[in-house]
Amino acid sequence: MSIIDVDRTITRLPAAWDGFAAGPWQDAIDVRDFIQRNYTPYEGESAFLSGPTERTLRVWGKLTAMFPEERERGVYDIDASTPAGITAFGPGYIDRDDELIVGLQTDAPLKRAIMPLGGWRMVETSLTTYGYPVDPTLKRIFTDYRKTHNAGVFDAYSPAVRAGRRSHIITGLPDSYGRGRIIGDYRRVALYGVDGLIEAKKLDKLDWDTRPFTEKVVREREEHAEQLRALAELAQMAASYGYDISGPATTAREAIQWLYFGYLAAVKEQNGAAMSLGRISTFLDIYLERDLASGALTEQQAQELIDDFVIKLRIVRFLRTPEYDELFSGDPVWVTESIGGMGEDGRTLVTKNSFRFLQTLRDLGPAPEPNMTVLWSRRLPSGFKDFCAEISIETSAVQYESDSLICTAWGDDAAIACCVSPMAVGKQMQFFGARVNLAKTLLYAVNGGRDEVSGAQVSPAFAPVRPGVPLDYDDVLLRLEKTMDWLAATYVEALNVIHYMHDKYAYERIEMALHDKQVLRTMACGIAGLSVITDSLSAIKYATVTPIFDERGVVVDYETVGEFPTYGNDDDRADSIAVELVDSFMEKIRSHPTYRDSVPTQSVLTITSNVVYGKATGNTPDGRRAGAPFSPGANPMNGRDTHGMLASALSVAKIPYDHAQDGISLTNTIVPSGLGHTRDEQTHNLVGLLDASVGTDGYHMNVNVLNRETLVDAMEHPENYPQLTIRVSGYAVNFVRLTREQQLDVLSRTFHDRV
Amino acid sequence: MPTSHGIALEVPTGPPRLIGAGLAGVHSSNEFSHDERLSMMRAGELGSVHSWELVTAVDGPGTRMTVFLSGCPLRCLYCQNPDTLQMRDGEPVTADELLARIGHYRGIFATTGGGITLSGGEVLMQPAFAARILRGAKELGVHTAIDTSGFLGAHLGDAALADTDLVLLDVKSGDEEIYHRLTGGRLEPTLEFGRRLAAEGRVEVWIRYVLVPALTDRWDDVERVADYVASLNQLRSGTVTRVEVLPFHQMGRDKWHMLGRPYELEDTPPPSEELTERVVTQFLSRGLLTF
Repeated sequence: MSIIDVDRTITRLPAAWDGFAAGPWQDAIDVRDFIQRNYTPYEGESAFLSGPTERTLRVWGKLTAMFPEERERGVYDIDASTPAGITAFGPGYIDRDDELIVGLQTDAPLKRAIMPLGGWRMVETSLTTYGYPVDPTLKRIFTDYRKTHNAGVFDAYSPAVRAGRRSHIITGLPDSYGRGRIIGDYRRVALYGVDGLIEAKKLDKLDWDTRPFTEKVVREREEHAEQLRALAELAQMAASYGYDISGPATTAREAIQWLYFGYLAAVKEQNGAAMSLGRISTFLDIYLERDLASGALTEQQAQELIDDFVIKLRIVRFLRTPEYDELFSGDPVWVTESIGGMGEDGRTLVTKNSFRFLQTLRDLGPAPEPNMTVLWSRRLPSGFKDFCAEISIETSAVQYESDSLICTAWGDDAAIACCVSPMAVGKQMQFFGARVNLAKTLLYAVNGGRDEVSGAQVSPAFAPVRPGVPLDYDDVLLRLEKTMDWLAATYVEALNVIHYMHDKYAYERIEMALHDKQVLRTMACGIAGLSVITDSLSAIKYATVTPIFDERGVVVDYETVGEFPTYGNDDDRADSIAVELVDSFMEKIRSHPTYRDSVPTQSVLTITSNVVYGKATGNTPDGRRAGAPFSPGANPMNGRDTHGMLASALSVAKIPYDHAQDGISLTNTIVPSGLGHTRDEQTHNLVGLLDASVGTDGYHMNVNVLNRETLVDAMEHPENYPQLTIRVSGYAVNFVRLTREQQLDVLSRTFHDRV
Repeated sequence: MPTSHGIALEVPTGPPRLIGAGLAGVHSSNEFSHDERLSMMRAGELGSVHSWELVTAVDGPGTRMTVFLSGCPLRCLYCQNPDTLQMRDGEPVTADELLARIGHYRGIFATTGGGITLSGGEVLMQPAFAARILRGAKELGVHTAIDTSGFLGAHLGDAALADTDLVLLDVKSGDEEIYHRLTGGRLEPTLEFGRRLAAEGRVEVWIRYVLVPALTDRWDDVERVADYVASLNQLRSGTVTRVEVLPFHQMGRDKWHMLGRPYELEDTPPPSEELTERVVTQFLSRGLLTF
C-alpha cells in the first residue's frame, strides 16, 4: 500500500514525485532507497560553484552584527517565561522579506528558550546567571506539579553512582540536561510530507495497540501517541510560517524548507547535548538537480538556498549554564552534517551538493556549526578530496571520519551524531553516556579504592600498595581489573537510570517520530584519560615507579625513574597497552544488562572536557602533574608524540573500532607551511595524510591548519577574530568563545610544524 | 677504527633516549659485543641511529620516514641537531630491523607519494649502512632520498647512488673561507659531489641553503651558490628540481645548552622576510624553482 494514500480511495502518486525513479520508497518509508535510485554522483571538480549573493551577505551581516553582544554577555536574549515546545512561539525572522528559508527556535534570532523538561535547576541557574527573572509559577509547575528528567534520575541513583559521580570518576552524565545524539530523519518530512508520516506512524501504533500487555508494549503505545502529536504540531508550526507541509515537497526550495522545519521542531523542544542533522546534502541534491535540469534554478540560486539554510543552522542556540559550557565549551549544538562517503554499490555518494555545503564555509566564512563532517574514503573522487583539503586549509572547520569503518558497521546511510558517533539515520539512536575517567581509575587501583584528592573511599576497599616499594606491573594490572569491574557496573547502572528517566520525562517526540518503528539502540559509554593511563602503565612496566604517600596514607604522587615508551609514536610497547585497556573495559561494559536491551558501545572522546577531567585528577605515574589537562579524546599526550603526526595517528588507529563503536577521536594541528610550499602541494599532502590515516585504519581526524601566532593574537585581540574556528575533539568552536583555560590548553597541544 | 673510506666508525653505545624522539619501538640491538658491532657496522649490517620520524613535505615529496643517523664530520655553527654529531651517541640498529620498519610503512609511502630519507648527522659517515638501507628500500619498491652536506660525497658508491632517487644537497656557502668558518670543513667536495650527481644522469637533486643573518646572507656569496646550482643544470638539464632557502631559526638552541656545547649563534635572529625574499629571488633569477 502507498503510505500517502492509505486512507484514500484512489491510489495515485503525488505530483511532487514527478521525475523521480520509482521504487520501494514509494510504498513504505525508505529514504535510502529513494536516494540510491535518484542521486547523481559527481566526480568533477569545484569549478562549478558560485559565491555568495548580495542577499546572502545581507542576511548573514545582520546576524554577525549581533554576535559581539552575544559573546560579550554570554547570551543575546532569553524568553524566561515561555517553556519551549514545537508550537510554543509564533513565527520569527531575521529579515522576513529577505529570507529564502524561514523558521527560528523562538520569535527572534538568537533569543534562547527555556526547556525545563530536562531539569528545572539547569533553567533556574541559567536564568540567574544571565540576570533574567525566574517565574515563580513556572518554578512551581516544574518542581511541584510536573516532574523532570533530572528529578527522576536522582530518585533512582544508587549510593555507589552518587559517590562515583561526586568524585568525578564518572563524569558529564546527561542527568540534568537533554541527552541528545539522536538524529531524526528530517529528510522524511520533505519526501513524504507530514500527512504521509502520520499515516505510517498510525499503522505502527496500530500494531502496538493490537499486542497484549507488557510494560514494553504500553511504553511503545504511549511513545507512538506522543510521536503522532508531535507530527501534528510540526505541521501546525510550519503553518504559522505560511507553509502547508502536509504533502511532499515539490521543489528544491520546499525540500530544504520542509526538512528544516523538521529539524527546527526538534531544536524547539529538545536541548540535547548534540542535535545533529544527519546526512542530508546528497538527498537534497536530488531535488536541486531536478530543478536545475528543468531550468527552475540556476547554480547561483542553488548555492543561495544552501547558504540561507546554513545560516539558520549557524544560529541554533540553547540555554545552558556556565558549568555546562566548561565541559562543552563554545556553546556547541553539534549540528553535524555527514558529507560524502561511498555507497554499498561502489558509487560515490558525493554530489554537487556535497561541494555546496562545504562552499558555505567560503561564502559565509568559517564557523563551528554546522559541524561539517566528511566521510572519507580513499575511493572518493579526487576532485572532492582536493576540495575538502582546500577548505580544511582555509578554514580548519572540517572533520574526517572513516567511511569504510562506518559503512561496514552501519551501512551507507549512516551519519555522525555529535562528534564521532555513527548511526543509521532513522533506524538507530543512542543512549548518550558521557564517559568515565580511566586515569583516575588507575589511581583508585593503587589506593585501594580511595580518592587521591578527597581521600574518601569511593570504590570497594582493598589493601593499597606498599610504601617504599616500586609498583609491580602485574600487581597493578590485577588491582586495575578489580577497580574497572566496579567502575563498569556502577557506570552502566547510572546510564540505565538516566535513560529510563529521560524516556519517561523528556522523550524526544519529534525526533523519534522521524524514526522507524523498530529502532536499534546503543548504550554509548565512553572513556577519558586513555593516554594518561597508558603512559602511566608503560612507566610502571618499563621504568621504576615508586608511590609517595601523604599523611592520610593516600598515594598522592609517584617517583618515576628511567625511560619508558609513550603512546603516540607507533610503538607497540606503549600502544598495545592502550589497545588492551579499551578491549578490557568494553568487555566489562558488555557484561551488564542495559536499559531497553540497548547494544553497549564506547567512545574514546572527551570533547573539551579533557581540561575539567584533568583538574579533578591527581598526579599520575607518567609524570603528569595533578590538575594538568588530559590530552583530548584518543590523542597522545601533548609533546610525547615525537615521531610526526602520522606516527601519532597510526598509534591511535590501533585502537580497534570493534571495541569502540561509538568512535575514536583524534585532533591534529598543522602549521600551514608544514604541509608544503605551495597551495597545490599543501592540498596534495593533506589528501595523502587523510588517505593514510582515516582512509586506512584510522577512525577520525580533526584537522586544524593554523599558526600558533594566530591563536596567541586571537587571545589578545578577540575582536579581530570573530569567526576564527578551530577543531577540538570532534567538533569545532569559535576560538574566541573558549575560556582562557581552554585556550591555553589548545595552545599547549602539539603543533606539527614537521608533520 | 678506520674504514676503507678513512672514516672512524664509532660503535654506538648511547643510552635509550628520554621520552620523545628516539627509536620508538625500532629494536635497539644491545645484545652484541663491541667487536661484533664494529664488524657488523663495517659490513653495513648495523648502524648508529639517532631517531626517526614520519614527516610530510619537508624532507622530500609526500610523507617520508626520515631516519637520523648519528655522526657528522662537520661542526656547523648553526647545527639544528647537535645531538646527532657523535656516532657513539646513537643507538645500534640492524639494517634488517630498520628495513622491517620501512616495509611496514610501504603502504603509506605509496599512498602519499613518499618514501624514506636518510638524514643525520651525516648519512655518509656510515656509507655501508646507508648503501644497505638504500638497496633494501629499492627492493621494497620504496622511493629513496639522502639528505647530505655532500662533504663525504665520495663515500657514496656508484651502486648506492643508483639506489638513490633524490639527493637533498646542503650547499652551505659558495665561498671556501666562509664554508670553513661555518662548518670546519671544505666546500670543494660538496661541489664535486653535485657535479657527479649531474653527470650520473638520473638522480634528482634538491638544493638546500640555510640563510643565517651575518653569516650566509652576503649577496655575492649567494650569487656564487646560485651560479653553481645553475651550472649543475647546464651539465644535465633537470638535475636540480628545486631550491629550498631555509631561514635560520633558534629551535636548536636548547639542544646546544643541554649538551653544554658553546653556541656561537646565541643572539642571531632569524632572517627578515625581506632578506629571505632577496635570497629566494637570487635563485629564482636563474630559472630555479625556489621556495
